[in-house]
Amino acid sequence: MRGHQRTLDIRNGCIDLSHGSGGRAMAQLISGLFHEAFGNEWLARGNDQSAFDVGGGRMVMTTDGYVVSPLFFPGGNIGSLAVHGTVNDIAMAGARPLYMSASFIIEEGFRLSHLKMIAESMGEAARAAGVHIITGDTKVVERGKADGLFISTAGVGVVPDGLDLSAENARVGDRVLISGTLGDHGIAIMSKRQNLAFETEIMSDSASLHDLVVKILEAGAHGVHLMRDPTRGGLAATLNEIAQQSDLGFRLQEEVIPVKPDVAAACELLGIDPLHVANEGKLVAIVSPEVANAVLAAMRAHPLGCDAAEIGEAIADDHHFVQMATSFGGGRIVDWLSGEQLPRIC
Amino acid sequence: MKYADEFRDKEIALGLAKAIRAEADLARHYRFMEFCGGHTRTISRYGLEDMLPNNVRMIHGPGCPVCVLPAGRIDMAIHLAMRPEVMLCVYGDLMRVPGSQGASLLKAKARGADVRMVYSTIDAIRIAEENPAREVVFFAIGFETTTPPTAIMIRLAEKKRLSNFSVFCNHVLTPPAMQNILESSDIDKAGRVEIDGFIGPAHVSIVIGTTPYEFVAGEFGKPVVITGFEPLDMMQAILMLVRQVNEHRHEVENQYRRAVIRGGNLRAKEEVSDIFELRDRFEWRGLGRVPYSGLRLKPAYTKYDAELRFAMRELCVADDPACECGAILRGIKKPVDCKLFGTVCTPETPMGSCMVSSEGACAAHWIYGRFRDHQQRQAS
Repeated sequence: MRGHQRTLDIRNGCIDLSHGSGGRAMAQLISGLFHEAFGNEWLARGNDQSAFDVGGGRMVMTTDGYVVSPLFFPGGNIGSLAVHGTVNDIAMAGARPLYMSASFIIEEGFRLSHLKMIAESMGEAARAAGVHIITGDTKVVERGKADGLFISTAGVGVVPDGLDLSAENARVGDRVLISGTLGDHGIAIMSKRQNLAFETEIMSDSASLHDLVVKILEAGAHGVHLMRDPTRGGLAATLNEIAQQSDLGFRLQEEVIPVKPDVAAACELLGIDPLHVANEGKLVAIVSPEVANAVLAAMRAHPLGCDAAEIGEAIADDHHFVQMATSFGGGRIVDWLSGEQLPRIC
Repeated sequence: MKYADEFRDKEIALGLAKAIRAEADLARHYRFMEFCGGHTRTISRYGLEDMLPNNVRMIHGPGCPVCVLPAGRIDMAIHLAMRPEVMLCVYGDLMRVPGSQGASLLKAKARGADVRMVYSTIDAIRIAEENPAREVVFFAIGFETTTPPTAIMIRLAEKKRLSNFSVFCNHVLTPPAMQNILESSDIDKAGRVEIDGFIGPAHVSIVIGTTPYEFVAGEFGKPVVITGFEPLDMMQAILMLVRQVNEHRHEVENQYRRAVIRGGNLRAKEEVSDIFELRDRFEWRGLGRVPYSGLRLKPAYTKYDAELRFAMRELCVADDPACECGAILRGIKKPVDCKLFGTVCTPETPMGSCMVSSEGACAAHWIYGRFRDHQQRQAS
């Protein structure tokens, strides 16, 4: 953009209300910070929308809001999380993610250096996932009206011909596969909360899963009935949702469910169940028994699936219970999380 | 996970389950009450019921501090929190406890009350220091385990000369509640529940030791086994109780020797007796008014007593007449015997106190165990 009086003072500068006013300061922020970080041919044209070609076949569209606190956490920040979360929502349909939008609601006083770091990690995550952030929006609200920064995204992707993954597709006898250890993201966030200060090395698992999804579909083809990423509410919420939508139940084996020892210890300390804790780089695949071994092998061969495990199966159950044989020997239900475990985890 | 996995070993558990099956006399029933909510949660979380023979049954006692808090005390806290100058600091479990007419601190917070969730008493002190212009009140609840931290917090407030800090004290004592259960179960012949022994508290006993339970064994002739919260602790304790019953013994035995000594934690007990004194009586949800079962601050510390500082009016609220929490807490009824259970009363919308915390008998059964009801129905 042309005609800016001074360059953005990224090191010491802060967002003020003029950055959202539609004037020169806003134009400077968009061109100097966001375009710089996301850089692509669509944004460079400077329109309020971007046009792109639509191929034949079916597309998926998703939208998501990000309000995580703290904005920076071990293993990522709100920017990378916004891309990973959007990409994963698209990828769970078996779709190839293509384009994203990003809308920023910024609190007056937010440091430009932080905004730059966040935008850069967003750009990096988008490039790594092969998606382009092709349109966006910036709003600034008065101090106290937002907690630093909120990001809202939308994403579109294209579904390969003949593929229809959906939550009602699980069948009795299907196997439940999980791509890795549970609870890493939620515990990483909790470890950084002011009032929950415990020292831990746990990193968020925040990652884009589209490539893992490609490998799973190559290995399992039409034996892959559905996939979900167990974010808020954890694996427990995801399986309870699927049980209801597919009108069946699940039986899990606790001793084969992968949980890192540090995460298990932190959960123990906090009195929470790792099956209720959020993940941002894991998926659950419900697959027919015939392809279970092949899909599991494909998951384990991928860097984001090396701890993958088969953890249970779908059973006939009118009550839609998710049951679990505990590693101690008894049985129990894995129920939805009730109440609030920890607000604003993503 | 070190120091935890050792107490969750499946092989040892199966061995203990086998021993319990072999030694439990088929000609009789064994009904043991676990007093603590922590034990209730362990039973449900690890599915211990599946590992016990049919004639050994567990009765879930009243030892969940959130569950026994009467609705009137919640209403009092809500009134306090609605005062503009007050910042009320509470443990997270308390937020959803139902007061009267569906009120809760969570709903009060949504209406503008300044309610802060804290994880330790130290957090409350920090909040008071950071907000000198506000009145910071700590909503103190719990049994003998959480009382010493409250005592230490009051000492700290005194040392720091905090003038904007006080405590809404709801600390209660375990032994008087056990006595109440034993006495009332004899009186109430119609709903009489014969308790054959107690799984004694774990963390509470670390503080108070084993001597306070000797009256249960001596006067009431009931065996007590002080037990840790891990599932193997519980399996071993159940075997110890079965043996006491079989051998007609009634003693206080200590299974939790790695943490509990007979005299308890002298330092903690001293701190508590320096700062707190007994109330004549205190209301428990489900048990009613129990004599000498609650604590308040001693006269020397009344400036930290929120009830006096804000002239709080004692509120008594009757529970929903259909709610069976009282009978459930005494072991007379099971959660499924309550008409509200799982219909209007669920962990999302608790009507009775037993549904609030996962340590409560109803919530534990709903969250972890309700599939068994359907299995039993199908089997019959």
